[in-house]
Amino acid sequence: MMATTMNPNEPKRIHPHKFTLWVAMGSICMMFAGLTSAYIVKKNQANFQEFDLPKIFWYSTFVILLSSLTVQLAVAAFKAREMGRYKKLITVTALLGFVFAALQVTGFKDLSNHGIQFLGAGSNAAASFLLVIVGLHMLHMAGGVIVLLITFVRAFATKTRNYSSMPIEIVSVYWHFVDVLWLYLLVFFIWIR
Amino acid sequence: MSNEAVLHGVASSHDAHGDHHHEHHHHETFISKYVFSMDHKMIAKQFLITGMVWAVIGGLMSVLFRLQLGYPDQSFPWLEDLLGKWWAEKGHITAQGYYALVTTHGTVLVFFVLTAGLSGTFANFLIPLQVGARDMASPFMNMLSYWFFFAASIVMLSSIFVETGPFSGGWTAYPPLSALGDASPGSKTGMDLWLVAMALFVVSSLLGGLNYIATILNMRTKGMSMTRLPLTIWALFFTAVLGVLSFPVLLSGFILLIFDRNFGTSFYLSDIFVNGVGALPNEGGSAILFQHLFWFLGHPEVYIILLPAMGMVSEILSVNARKPIFGYMAMIGSLFAIAILAFLVWAHHMFVTGLNPFLGSIFVLLTLLIAVPSAIKVFNWLTTLWRGNIRFTPAMMFAIGFVSLFISGGLTGIWLGNSALDIHLHDTYFVIAHFHIVMGVASMFGMFAGVYHWYPKMYGRYLNNTLGYIHFWITMIGAYLIFWPMHYEGLAGMPRRYYDYSIWESFKNFVELNRFISTVAMIVFAVQILFLLNFFYSIWKGRKVTSQNPWGSNTLEWTAPIHPGHGNWPGEIPEVHRWAYDYGKDGREFIPQTEAVGADESHH
Repeated sequence: MMATTMNPNEPKRIHPHKFTLWVAMGSICMMFAGLTSAYIVKKNQANFQEFDLPKIFWYSTFVILLSSLTVQLAVAAFKAREMGRYKKLITVTALLGFVFAALQVTGFKDLSNHGIQFLGAGSNAAASFLLVIVGLHMLHMAGGVIVLLITFVRAFATKTRNYSSMPIEIVSVYWHFVDVLWLYLLVFFIWIR
Repeated sequence: MSNEAVLHGVASSHDAHGDHHHEHHHHETFISKYVFSMDHKMIAKQFLITGMVWAVIGGLMSVLFRLQLGYPDQSFPWLEDLLGKWWAEKGHITAQGYYALVTTHGTVLVFFVLTAGLSGTFANFLIPLQVGARDMASPFMNMLSYWFFFAASIVMLSSIFVETGPFSGGWTAYPPLSALGDASPGSKTGMDLWLVAMALFVVSSLLGGLNYIATILNMRTKGMSMTRLPLTIWALFFTAVLGVLSFPVLLSGFILLIFDRNFGTSFYLSDIFVNGVGALPNEGGSAILFQHLFWFLGHPEVYIILLPAMGMVSEILSVNARKPIFGYMAMIGSLFAIAILAFLVWAHHMFVTGLNPFLGSIFVLLTLLIAVPSAIKVFNWLTTLWRGNIRFTPAMMFAIGFVSLFISGGLTGIWLGNSALDIHLHDTYFVIAHFHIVMGVASMFGMFAGVYHWYPKMYGRYLNNTLGYIHFWITMIGAYLIFWPMHYEGLAGMPRRYYDYSIWESFKNFVELNRFISTVAMIVFAVQILFLLNFFYSIWKGRKVTSQNPWGSNTLEWTAPIHPGHGNWPGEIPEVHRWAYDYGKDGREFIPQTEAVGADESHH
């Protein structure tokens, strides 16, 4: 391999950090698989409350899909070395992340106003599950936002110039993953009810 | 150099000369070399020594509760002086102290010693050295992995010193004992600390596991195809895959548990009536749900513990029998089969929870299927030994001991995997005997074999052989003397986790036998201290290693200098031309992996 990777004709190997991310995503999938299968088990037992998802989750779905688009455009802009557009796009992506989180929280407030209790005495596991699962998804989203902020700071740093698109590519893969994870959860909650 | 090339970009001209910059010694402070080290070899030693500290604590705990089981009527006033009133009032281990001891012993040995101490040590040490890499895919994440483990250790250790004692509801942490603070003293602060420690531990395992997988798949040197990897690496690979896929499920189980404990949800808790508290407000929770989530990790965890030992034993048996490993591909195939089956058998821990008997029969079938790959491995080890030119080094003794224990413990697994027999045997000493032999002691033997075998590579010195043989024989004989009689106790129906058997008419007759077991346990524990003395004495005063390849071994770690620096090889990483098991071929004792295949060489 010493000589071979120097050879440009050689098929390009995956970057170890990117590969690590893929394995980590498999790991995160297992966590949500565990939670959603626990949900199925619990649902088939007595005393499982039924309620509709808040409408606002559709808006948050639209926002997260949009943010996937912007992060992808950011990667394209970086590769084209259009740094101005790149900076704008990652800023927009991070903001969309915050909007998504805010919409999710509003959704839970909405449910709570309709008498659904998530925690404490009198709460039903159906509602608690929704809170835990969607909450954990938001935590993973928050992780993506933090990494994006680091990329953001680095993009505005003037001392060092970075020509490797690897960091932003890794961020975008993770961002899409969190997006797809949300779609899975949404479909799961709608379909299972 | 390819890995650096991939990591730092191929095109730059700097990398064309990249091979040389590892010879420069970058400045290292004490902190960066020994404390927050990013060198996989140093991190391995950190895992090993932290694991040893836990092994002493966990082992000492077993000595203490064996003292109670062996001498239930006797008072040891010095125990109260030593441990205080909470643990040993009037010289007796108290009931709450006893349950705290067995719980912490289990948690610590399973997770902190045999997961972090075993696979943390050897995955870190061997993966880069045996695949031919400078370090892990992400040395920084690797460092984090150790420090998360360290933080978990501190939290777990502190739980021993809180006023209400550490968690005492069994290492499996079933609710309601784990979910209700009012259920027992140990369910209060002790359980909170237990959960925090375990959450940190899961993060540590995941960070480690991700790195191991990425390193094995992406960072192999030139010529090191997957089928040229030593079996140690294959075993560590499957271990990491199991951990990465099963620990998150445990974490989700813990998260739900935390909500039940602290936020009043009803995932696991139902309307239970607690003495002195009254009926709980919770409704409709299912304690069985936790068991499913727990054992979905819990069973793969058994193989997370055992597979690294299997891998190292395969390597050590082959090197010291001076013969190629028998059935290399079958060994990989059986590792793969075990890894798959590990995820499909968790409910055999739950046969008596009211599980549907039809479902139970499927889990019986899948459980008994594990006997097939296990048997393949055993026969391959035996045929590797067959007519070998065996060198009985201490490492080899422990490796052979592993095979013996794996057979003895594995056979009782066939009994326990049967759901009908399990009605009688579950939660008895038969189960204790089974898993201690097959997973506990066997994996410890794998670990000892690994330590004796790779010690020269770790420290550039040898362990003392005589002490090694004493360590081996007493531990080997002791292990059988401790756990063999427990099978009889279990068959007679003696339940596990009881505080005092002498007050039960049915188990009174085992008091003498229990005393015998306790005596042997103390002797075996003392011999482990001897091993530790040997270990630490030899780091500084052991016989020096003078040749690069003291065992005449084929694998890459022995082509590195006796004291490899950070980066492992000065100059280029060696290229690999053959598998790792060319022993006794074409009239030569061994042919290292780095040697090119000759024109007139026979095929293996």
